[in-house]
Amino acid sequence: MEKILQVKSATIRFGGLIAVDGVDLEQSRGEILSLIGPNGAGKTTFFNLLTGVYKPNEGTIKFLGQNITQMKAHERNRMGIARTFQNIRLIKSMTVLENILIAHPDCKNEKFVNALFFPGKTNLKRREIIAQCQELLQVVGLLEMEDELATSLPYGKQRLLEIARGLATRPKLLLLDEPGAGMNSFEKDELTQVIHRITKEMEIDVLIIEHDMKFVMGISDRIIVLDHGQKIAEGLPAEIQSNEKVIQAYLGSGEFVDEEDE
Amino acid sequence: MGKIKELYGKLGKTKLSNKTKSILMILAGLAALLCPFIITSKYTLHVIISCFIYACLTLSLNLIIGWSGQFSLGHVCFFGMGAYVTTLLMTNFGMNFFFAWIIGIVFTAGFAALLCLPTLKLRGDYIAVVTLGFGEVFRLFLTNAVDITRGPAGIPSVPDPTVFGLEISGKTAYYYFALILLIGFIVFMKRFNNSGFGMAVMTVNEDDIAATALGLDPRKYKLSAFAIGGGMAALVGGFYAVYMGMIAPTSFSYAESIKMVSMTVLGGMASIPGSILGAFLLTALPEMLRSFSEYRMVIYGAAMVIMMIFKPDGIWGRNKRRKNEYKYVAMRGVKNGENSASKKRNN
Repeated sequence: MEKILQVKSATIRFGGLIAVDGVDLEQSRGEILSLIGPNGAGKTTFFNLLTGVYKPNEGTIKFLGQNITQMKAHERNRMGIARTFQNIRLIKSMTVLENILIAHPDCKNEKFVNALFFPGKTNLKRREIIAQCQELLQVVGLLEMEDELATSLPYGKQRLLEIARGLATRPKLLLLDEPGAGMNSFEKDELTQVIHRITKEMEIDVLIIEHDMKFVMGISDRIIVLDHGQKIAEGLPAEIQSNEKVIQAYLGSGEFVDEEDE
Repeated sequence: MGKIKELYGKLGKTKLSNKTKSILMILAGLAALLCPFIITSKYTLHVIISCFIYACLTLSLNLIIGWSGQFSLGHVCFFGMGAYVTTLLMTNFGMNFFFAWIIGIVFTAGFAALLCLPTLKLRGDYIAVVTLGFGEVFRLFLTNAVDITRGPAGIPSVPDPTVFGLEISGKTAYYYFALILLIGFIVFMKRFNNSGFGMAVMTVNEDDIAATALGLDPRKYKLSAFAIGGGMAALVGGFYAVYMGMIAPTSFSYAESIKMVSMTVLGGMASIPGSILGAFLLTALPEMLRSFSEYRMVIYGAAMVIMMIFKPDGIWGRNKRRKNEYKYVAMRGVKNGENSASKKRNN
């Protein structure tokens, strides 16, 4: 099967701390892959390596067979990697629709000269762009709120808006950093539907970081577990659930409890 | 005080209907057109032209400070460069004003981009320090490169520009010239503000990590904002040179930069009406207060303090886009829900 993402022994150090330590990862096309692990396991740092916020000290990252290890973040996005952020990074001074527009390739690449001297022609083009962006808002169910300021939306909706913004860049791979954080169970169901639509209808692959086990187990095809920067397990959701090492990483070894019982 | 604040808030919320708006616009346009016939005093006309010049300069600086978020304190450098390059080309090579003007603008825009390069990695105050330094270096160059710029003596008798054989001279002609410039600048900034490019500049300003994740290269947008702002200042500089008829390094001192920054901050960051208002106020008020000049600085300082306390983002600051400006402009003339592009898709 064609691989969309291939990471080989990616390592990054911040001074003496090894945040990500020799992690291998492969994602096939059409697969929903999840990255889990306790707090401080290096999940978000790993995402930052993938998107180019940091460059790895060692290891290579290949996207659709092409080596992107040394590419800049905006170049990677133009190749087809989009992301959302754990701490929401919407543009606060812009409206919901404008937050999507800014990610649309035709909007951000619009020739300024055309906007200056040919407003008529530009406006026709813009209407098309707006229609496409509105369609994306429809997917995440935010079309009614398109004229509101992005930050006036409730938290869960802001996360959906970030997903839609990522989609607007026309990616092949979408990285979701804790998309369900701060959502109630109803919103999480909505999110699951949206993610399924993204993978099935739009044929965009998704890599998720998530803490909510129920959500992760339900949606992922495969799971990778990180702890202290290292990969400790990989497999199907059912396998992960019964993996000794994973349980230990999350809950501790249990030995201490045994001693108390005696 | 509370009452004033309330009133101010109400004023901000009042929405004028389109009809009142267009009537007001027509009245303002008529006033602007007939101004030189109503005002006969040359001095008053000069003050008004100065207002226009500063309004253009503030708009160009606001593009750099307000829209792209680079706190530049050396804007006078671009203003002066435009003036000097245009003048030197005209006096030394006998070039037509408009050719010289264009070369001056392009040259300065390129220079501004070059100046921006070392500041790309800097933030906030550090950019201010670097650009301030550049402004000073430029002024010292003007003063000391006697062979080229005639040093502190300046260049007298800058020739008047001619359009199709007609010479532009006299206050009235220059008044209309300045008015055209200002209107051009306003239209330019409006289109910039609503364009994809303008929104990209604002995105980079607000959050450069998010911007890169959306495929925007922050360097590109910061550089182009600086270059465009610098080019615009050079445009005003060229006009200033022919209007004044003489230029000297003293016109391009550090105090001018500070004045432009005050106009931007007082008027409102990233706001077109704010820039114009700030420029008009800070140009006209000192002139009006000339009769009790000993108190001028006191009043000026007090006004600044009061502003900072009650309205820190400027008189007409706009820190948020309250409506979908991009959509609003693109959909002008299209009735609600009748986007042809979206309709096509739905069918």
